[in-house]
Amino acid sequence: MNTATINASPITGNNAATTPSAPGERLWNIVDTVGAWSLALVWIAPLLFALWAAFHTSNAALALDWRAPLILQNFRDAWQSAPWLRYFFNTFVLVSLILIGQFTLCTLAGFAFARFQFVGKNLLFVLVLLQLFVLPEILIVENYAMVTRLGMFDTPLGMAVPYMASAFGIFLLRQAFMQIPRELEEAARIEGCGWFGVLWRVYVPAAKPVYLAYALVSVATHWNNFLWPLIVTNSPMTRPLTVGLSLFGAPESGVNISIISAATLVAIAPLMIGFLVFQRQFIQAFLRAGIR
Amino acid sequence: MNQATSHVLPTNPAERRLHNLFGWGLLTPSLILLTLFAFFPMLATLWASFFSRGTARRPSVFNGLDNYRDLVADPAFWQVVGNNLLYAGVTVPVSIALALGMALWANARIGGRGLVRTAFFTPTMLPMIAAANLWLFFYTPGLGLLDHITALFGIGPTNWLGQPGTALWSVMAVTIWKESGFFMIFYLAALQAIPPDLREAARIEGAGRWAYTRRVVLPLLMPTTLFVTINALINSVRLIDHLFILTKGGPDNASKLILYWIWEMAFAYLDQSGAAVMTVMVLAALGLIAALQFLFFDRRIHYR
Repeated sequence: MNTATINASPITGNNAATTPSAPGERLWNIVDTVGAWSLALVWIAPLLFALWAAFHTSNAALALDWRAPLILQNFRDAWQSAPWLRYFFNTFVLVSLILIGQFTLCTLAGFAFARFQFVGKNLLFVLVLLQLFVLPEILIVENYAMVTRLGMFDTPLGMAVPYMASAFGIFLLRQAFMQIPRELEEAARIEGCGWFGVLWRVYVPAAKPVYLAYALVSVATHWNNFLWPLIVTNSPMTRPLTVGLSLFGAPESGVNISIISAATLVAIAPLMIGFLVFQRQFIQAFLRAGIR
Repeated sequence: MNQATSHVLPTNPAERRLHNLFGWGLLTPSLILLTLFAFFPMLATLWASFFSRGTARRPSVFNGLDNYRDLVADPAFWQVVGNNLLYAGVTVPVSIALALGMALWANARIGGRGLVRTAFFTPTMLPMIAAANLWLFFYTPGLGLLDHITALFGIGPTNWLGQPGTALWSVMAVTIWKESGFFMIFYLAALQAIPPDLREAARIEGAGRWAYTRRVVLPLLMPTTLFVTINALINSVRLIDHLFILTKGGPDNASKLILYWIWEMAFAYLDQSGAAVMTVMVLAALGLIAALQFLFFDRRIHYR
């Protein structure tokens, strides 16, 4: 599995459909279609149910009364019972901070690993890759202590900082930079570019698709992240959507299924709409970022 | 670590100095953060695991391996480890098998393939918290969707999340629902990288659909399976968000997973040393997975 083959066959490729249909083929085609559609229906059913429940009274939703009238009251109730705008804003700030930090740090580190020979390079590289296995989530206790020590408890920066130096991003950008032809760099040097000029004018633009893929994966991951923000936040002023949603859904707060569904839909709407509109890009991004 | 594509070592001393300066300089910001949030915390966890649990009146003292001994003597430890092993042992193979099936179908010649792919992948884009919120109501005894379905077969209401026999399984179902579509993507890419001539060749040789899948497709998917398995194993330790909504580890620890237990020890019971010991064990397990991967598996799979 290498990048060349991935890039050569985008997800839209249709190479399964090149063979002419034989008699037995048609039967298999029906089996495939029925199987695929049934599984797809089962898979999407929980979301469809939530969508349906959000527009009905909880009594109708629990009784599965298909003739019940559509209502919008659940959305009104859900919206008024928590500072959702604040949560959205916090999530947005969190995701942006992480992305800016990751782009900056991983670009510099990836460039160092791709283009410079220095003492201890291989050892450092192994140390960095170690973080692929030692995820920040596992070290919550000490990371919490560290964030507190740095005076970042209950701040957006405190939520973002453990994820900024991402081994995954460093590795991804190193790979991208290593594939850029040296000639491009040499041409830039002849034009009088320094190392940073080369990085900014040659490497970063040439790796644009990788940045886009990385950005989509990073945004999707951190938009949905829960455990670490839960630990580091303490007030509605910093809480992201996921933490807000978890408090909202707590059984103690006694909300009903329709309101919960409405709140859940509101909370997931931006990322979901983004995903449905830019599906292909999202899927490509997960592939590009994951497979290398 | 592919040295061939990066250039040869600079011979001229001035240039070598420049490379050292730039290399380390560019890495410094990342190294500082990695030290603060990965390397130092790892060592600090190890160190903390040797100290007793401190209280306001009794400061913590060094007590060697006592914490480890206490933990191993705690039946809850074995239960949680067992739960996590079962959780991994079920969710990893099941979601991989489903992912493979989804990919084969999503790659077949069927109508509405785009919609099918979207249906499979959409749960992946949800926060686990949102997924748990939705599923919470499917599991509601008597009123939930699941009980509506089981009632059709004459089965009475079941307290899916509230009884030890079903709680962990209910949690697993949500995980599988959430993870399969993600792994499907990698299989789909691998399937599309298989040259169509292989199918033609197999057909000419008289190989049926099943033989072709088993003898040609599955072996070619092995690297993807390894990659996905490693990811799934790491996720089986990491993915606990739904526990906060669905069961909180209960009833009676029946659905408690390791990372949730660490969180609970550290932040609910303020038992820092217990949490540290458990974290060290998780780190050891993850280290083992990493080592196995580096030593035995083809590292070109993704560290090309």
